[in-house]
Amino acid sequence: MPKWFMPAAAVCGVMFAVSPLIIANAPYEATMGLVQKIFYYHMPSAWMFLTAAIVCGVASVRFLATGNLRSDRTAWAAAELAVLFGLLTLVTGPLWARKSWGVWWVWDARVTSTLVGWMIAWAYLILRRYGGPGSEKLAAGLALFGAANVPFIYISVNYWRTIHPPTTVVPTLVVDMGFPLMWCVATFLLLFIVLMKLRVRIEEQRARLDAIHLALDA
Amino acid sequence: MNAMIRTFAVLLITLACAAPAFSAAAQPPAQEPQEQFRPVTELPPQEQYPVLPLLVGAYVFVVVVLFVYLFSLARRLAVVQREVERLDADLKRTSRA
Repeated sequence: MPKWFMPAAAVCGVMFAVSPLIIANAPYEATMGLVQKIFYYHMPSAWMFLTAAIVCGVASVRFLATGNLRSDRTAWAAAELAVLFGLLTLVTGPLWARKSWGVWWVWDARVTSTLVGWMIAWAYLILRRYGGPGSEKLAAGLALFGAANVPFIYISVNYWRTIHPPTTVVPTLVVDMGFPLMWCVATFLLLFIVLMKLRVRIEEQRARLDAIHLALDA
Repeated sequence: MNAMIRTFAVLLITLACAAPAFSAAAQPPAQEPQEQFRPVTELPPQEQYPVLPLLVGAYVFVVVVLFVYLFSLARRLAVVQREVERLDADLKRTSRA
């Protein structure tokens, strides 16, 4: 592991432990009240989900263009993180919606496109696991759809009729709400980097394992 | 088998691309989206109980899922590293012999 890994993991752990205290001190939102505080974990999870989908797509393009195996390993790791952070987004969202919208789920553009993005990430992992030889290229093609879906997810709240808060909410946050949000975004971003490094490391070790098997068979 | 999996993947992609188009027209929202979050210092009393399980549930879910995933990563990494070390030793023994 690189030198920065352990300090980064430690800082991330501390930031995570402190985040509930910072969120508890944030003011309540006038219309939604206490339940709006789910926002501080929901939105960073969603941002990391979108980041993972983009990383997966970009690494897949690089893999398809150059055949670089490191890019392939990065794409695989990012797809797994997209599933992880997508799950967090899709579970915390309905818990928030139940109170503020009165329903667990609405089939609007934002929620549905997020679900579709999550399913694409799942499809990528299933292809990699059960697709057999050559599946890495097919999965890379699938990752492009996942990445292409990201701008659609982001702008969907501004162009389609929905009760999901639009993207203008974040820039208009008061400092007392903006600071906890940025703290959580930084925490989740650091977590994303740490998890990504760990997951790529597993794939590197598996590649090494394959190389040793080949050397032993020769 | 591979052809079946590829066909399934193509179907999945098609479905994934078509789903948002179908859903966009469905269910007009019951209320307007909130344009801005306004802070208040006092929480209405009726807000407190029904919300707490949802809020606590959301935070507990995030923490538990992240811990489980971290544990799973650490376990997978330990298994593969052990295997690499074992085979490395085998390889060295074989090359010496």
